[in-house]
Amino acid sequence: MAKFIIRRTLYMIPILLGIALITFLLFNMAGGDPAAQAAGKYATAERIEEIRTELGLDGPLYVQFGRHVQQMLTFDFGRSWATKQTISSMITSGIDASMSLTVPTLIITQIITIALALFIAFFRGTLFDKTSLIVCLALLSFSSLVYILYGQFSLAFNAGLFPISGWDPSWVGRWQYLILPILIGVMLSLGGSVLFYRTVFIDQLHQDYVRTARSKGLSDNVIMYKHILRNALIPIITVVVAQMPFVIVGSLLIEAFFQIPGLGGMTYQAINNADFPVIKAMTMIGAILYLVFQLVADILYAVVDPRVQVR
Amino acid sequence: MKATTMNAVNVASNPQLEQGRSLWYDAYLRIKKDKVAVISFFTICFYLVLTLLSSLGVIFDNYGVVDNSLTYLPPSWDHWFGTDLFGRDVLARAVHGTKTSLVVGFAGTGIAMAIGTVLGACSGYFGGKVDDLIVWFYTTIDTIPYILLVVAFSFVLGPSLLTLCLAIGLTAWVRHCRIVRAEYIKHRDLDYVQGAAALGASHARRIFLHILPNVFHLVLINFSLGFVGAVKSEVILSFLGLGVEPGTPSWGVMINDAKQELFRGVWWNLAAATLFMFFLVLAFNLFTDALRDALDPKLKNK
Repeated sequence: MAKFIIRRTLYMIPILLGIALITFLLFNMAGGDPAAQAAGKYATAERIEEIRTELGLDGPLYVQFGRHVQQMLTFDFGRSWATKQTISSMITSGIDASMSLTVPTLIITQIITIALALFIAFFRGTLFDKTSLIVCLALLSFSSLVYILYGQFSLAFNAGLFPISGWDPSWVGRWQYLILPILIGVMLSLGGSVLFYRTVFIDQLHQDYVRTARSKGLSDNVIMYKHILRNALIPIITVVVAQMPFVIVGSLLIEAFFQIPGLGGMTYQAINNADFPVIKAMTMIGAILYLVFQLVADILYAVVDPRVQVR
Repeated sequence: MKATTMNAVNVASNPQLEQGRSLWYDAYLRIKKDKVAVISFFTICFYLVLTLLSSLGVIFDNYGVVDNSLTYLPPSWDHWFGTDLFGRDVLARAVHGTKTSLVVGFAGTGIAMAIGTVLGACSGYFGGKVDDLIVWFYTTIDTIPYILLVVAFSFVLGPSLLTLCLAIGLTAWVRHCRIVRAEYIKHRDLDYVQGAAALGASHARRIFLHILPNVFHLVLINFSLGFVGAVKSEVILSFLGLGVEPGTPSWGVMINDAKQELFRGVWWNLAAATLFMFFLVLAFNLFTDALRDALDPKLKNK
């Protein structure tokens, strides 16, 4: 097992280098002259040169790339062009706001969709199943912007059930601002998640152990909730772990609309201001988190399922 | 099996039986039986015709007519979906927005399919170092958050319709590439490929003329899936200010405009864009589902 974990970790190194290379190509080379952009529209040539030295853009390419890799590994991404704060401090201050939105959203979504999918799988092949399938696909056919806009407009603005947007840094006061965003977050992933779990459960229904359980005379309910749910744990774990990077970096659109001062909202501001260092930092952090949780998923997979070959 | 006792006349009169029917003909028969799929198909065709006619200027050629005295008129007989800030007919703008979405959908997904198919085919067929390199490349791309990658591409290339297609095309190929690679690994050592090799067929010939037709149904399914993703990405990118050039009709721009308009009671811009997008995307979603059931041999008879 230890060998497996070490091998799997070593495999991350070339991918990390790849991430560094692609973000470097996109942000440092192709994205215009970063020094000129940082200096603003009315900067003199001397000022641009100064900034170039400041940002370390005057060295040869391999030195620049080395600095880029160093930034990625030490999580020290310099300062934002727009707010002039260090990006690492912006990230630490935004992380709790993001997670108080995404963690409840993830938990509620999983519980609701697993329950719904079990229910639908129970009636597989019937008209109810087919209708649910179409409803799920219909839910997926709206743009996420429409859910957010319409939710905010009808429930907060028109009905006045929730505040339209805003934030309270205290742990008690923030929930009144979070209920509607969480509700919308659940709606956004409802259709896709139910479809996914329905397929998982129906796949399980075709397995031999279900036939054995049936022939033993077990009731449908026992088979559903005891046998199938337990065997479906592996895909559920995989889904939840795969969602973790997004739990940490927050939801770009929802945070932007509800002015939640999390990492998603921060990224949205950065895109609006063409704040390259912040976009670059979030891109790299997102990639690294994805990689790390992929590793966690693989290890969990090997722990949970003894059939997974540990080589 | 009953089929063994059946004579030729019976087979001909009973189309339900699968007697040496090609995958494509079989899929056609399956889809034809599926009412939802047929309706979806004709919905997509309707959008295509609408785009063709509006591009040629036959219908809704008033989409650019600005009349500031008509600002934000609510829906009426003259303007079914009202007018926007500049007094332009919202219905006409939604119809013309179809073109933007279809172009982004077809071109963006087309690029993604081309990259994914070629890379996946080479990776799976050749194996070894080529495979390692391509797998490393797509794993890296897959690791980077999709929307930020698209945003970065859009920044580099500057906002335009072409950028949208390229940004989506250059990022959305990974899933497809993985699937194609797995298929080529299965196919490369099969007898028919070895037969082709024995007859002196070159690698390129084996990859594209012999194996590709056998995995092409996957390209079709993934195209349909990718199309939906591309149309949705266009809306998000337009919201982020990285969409089409200002003035080009697009659903994303209309939904983006709605975020201020809604609070002034102007809901028709959002309604028109949402409805137009909804029916197109739903039709594609339902059609993809039917296509997958009809073409994926693993799901057959389930």
